[in-house]
Amino acid sequence: MTEVKMTVNGKAVSGTVEGRTLLSQFLREDLEMTGTHIGCDTSQCGACVVHVDGQAVKSCAMFAAEADGAEVTTIEGMANADGSLSTLQQAFQDHHGLQCGFCTPGMVMSAAALLAENPKPSEAEIRHYLEGNICRCTGYHNIVKAIQAASGQDVAIAAE
Amino acid sequence: MYAFNIERPSTIAGAVDALAKDEAQALGGGQTLIPTLKQRLASPDTLVSLTGIPEMQGICTADDGALCIGGATSHAAVAAGASAYPALAALAGGVGDPAVRNRGTIGGSLANNDPSACYPSAVLASDATIVTNAREIAADDFFDGLFATALDEGEIITEVRFPVPEAANYQKFLQPASRFALVGVFVAKYADGVRVAVTGASEDGVFRWSDAEAALSGNFSASALAELSVPADGMIADLHGSAEYRAHLVKVMTGRAVSAA
Repeated sequence: MTEVKMTVNGKAVSGTVEGRTLLSQFLREDLEMTGTHIGCDTSQCGACVVHVDGQAVKSCAMFAAEADGAEVTTIEGMANADGSLSTLQQAFQDHHGLQCGFCTPGMVMSAAALLAENPKPSEAEIRHYLEGNICRCTGYHNIVKAIQAASGQDVAIAAE
Repeated sequence: MYAFNIERPSTIAGAVDALAKDEAQALGGGQTLIPTLKQRLASPDTLVSLTGIPEMQGICTADDGALCIGGATSHAAVAAGASAYPALAALAGGVGDPAVRNRGTIGGSLANNDPSACYPSAVLASDATIVTNAREIAADDFFDGLFATALDEGEIITEVRFPVPEAANYQKFLQPASRFALVGVFVAKYADGVRVAVTGASEDGVFRWSDAEAALSGNFSASALAELSVPADGMIADLHGSAEYRAHLVKVMTGRAVSAA
């Protein structure tokens, strides 16, 4: 067992983990932050994407011990300080960028990472960036629209 | 996963010591090893993480102009930082997906030597040098068939040195499910000749297509390949493509790489 300390959504946290404890498991089971979803657990679907030191990573493909000392941001840390939805989250709601919602935490975290490095991505750039985030409901159209809207680009609002 | 301990050394010397123990295994970015552990296909007692070692991170240019990349440098960092070798940066930017590229490392990819991985083709086509904690290994001596390399037990790739070519390009035909290379071809043109390395195609892993190298060294254009063909013997055959299909793709992708270089 190893002692780990990290900052999650701005708060210092610590815990005792096994070597094999995944970051996704530590967040969900030890910290009881279940917003980070585990979809495939084979690092393909992207539902578990969080930011570690500002970079999007699949938290099911990283050990908690490797995040010792890191700054982690999860979907729980994405809302505004007053609890209202962030621009990106609001855009997902406005454009109905989800159906069942299971992939949404990972989609939002990947989209936030994209917008941090590319503030006005084209539709093609958004689709390419989401290569590692799988959604089985939406066909991605409204997710892409939501991200375009969140970046201040004009998109038709009505989601059929 | 079976249980194991994780060690996070901060120096190469510390990592070498930790790997000297029985049943210890190096952990790069973990984008292949962690799924492997989940399938219980590996059962190390100790994993030695190599991602917290500053001397294995980053990109620089050597006195002879070669591009030096630390063994624990992520694909994303190579994509963003290897501007001196644009074809290599483009290759790194096409590995996996953005989240995988933020964790996966060049040293991890090379030590694993997946027969469909991208990096081995760049290393072989560039005649790069693999630098370890113990020695320097030429690319031609490093790859040793499927998932096998010249690395000894406990040996760590600390750096990879790429001579920068006059022109180069990597073309990858995606396997539609995994997005690994069904066939990938890296072509690099140097003053003393052209090197062509193929990944994804052969049952023996990455290889050089010497007929194409000879033809392209005389005439660096896709038309120089017209008379050549690649034998299907020894090519991978699976539900994504027959051996003949892969052999055909080797020539097609080589031509595209030459045209785009």
